[in-house]
Amino acid sequence: MTFELVLVLAAGLFSVGLFGALSQQSIVMIMMGIELMIGGVIVAAADFWHFLAPAAADGQVVIVVAVVAMAVEMAMGFAVTTALYRARQVDTTDMARELKG
Amino acid sequence: MEAVSLWGLGVVALACAVAVFACDSMARATFALLGSLVCVGGVVFVLGLPYLGVVTVLMMVMEMVVMAVFMVAYMMNPAGLMPMSMLHNKRGALGISAAVFASLTGAVFLVDWPQRRGSPPRDTTFQVGKALMGGQMLTMVVLGFVLLATMVAATVLALHRGRYDRLGDDLDRCPARDPAGGGVGR
Repeated sequence: MTFELVLVLAAGLFSVGLFGALSQQSIVMIMMGIELMIGGVIVAAADFWHFLAPAAADGQVVIVVAVVAMAVEMAMGFAVTTALYRARQVDTTDMARELKG
Repeated sequence: MEAVSLWGLGVVALACAVAVFACDSMARATFALLGSLVCVGGVVFVLGLPYLGVVTVLMMVMEMVVMAVFMVAYMMNPAGLMPMSMLHNKRGALGISAAVFASLTGAVFLVDWPQRRGSPPRDTTFQVGKALMGGQMLTMVVLGFVLLATMVAATVLALHRGRYDRLGDDLDRCPARDPAGGGVGR
């Protein structure tokens, strides 16, 4: 039963993050939503590794990939935010409708 | 014991995740996200992966502290002193995420999961290290290139004036075009 409940936790984290990524206007808050979604992926991967296939390392490798994805997303998100803000003093998605420099 | 700590960590993780989008104060939202992701690291730890759990916690602490700085720099309402809605299409987003949650949860309980195969190794850190340096080497190489490309691209994007702004497209302008004069021979 614990296996299913941890998967529900992962689904909950993913859905809360999805709500944030869809509904927030601020670019930084959207990134927080995406972080939560990747957090859900990490929980699910650890759960699958522990309860289904502990002898294979693949579950652990998925966690490594997810953590790297988090770092890359943060770095690129802040770089794009900085570039966008410098070019047109914009910090919300609604004000950045047309993607031109 | 394992089930109790998983329950505790899971409830705190979900509560903090909801608080991220319920708080007015951006600083509080950032630290709620930190709490949620630290609990994610804790869940990974309890599930028998101490190395990856600790790595996740350490990385999240650093990331969220950096994020707090950016939040205060870029948000229109960093301290939450002026309650305002910063949402768009709230109802649609709620509907979509509720539908996703319902279908994922339904799948979790409907799928006929396989039985556990094998037993965990004595040293899980050794297991992941051996995989990354052996069978999963391609994954590791790709991750390395992705991180390198991210470093270069993030620097280029965040740079105000690079050498091509100063020295021209062929890097041969002399003297360099700088906003303020000065220096030797200018």
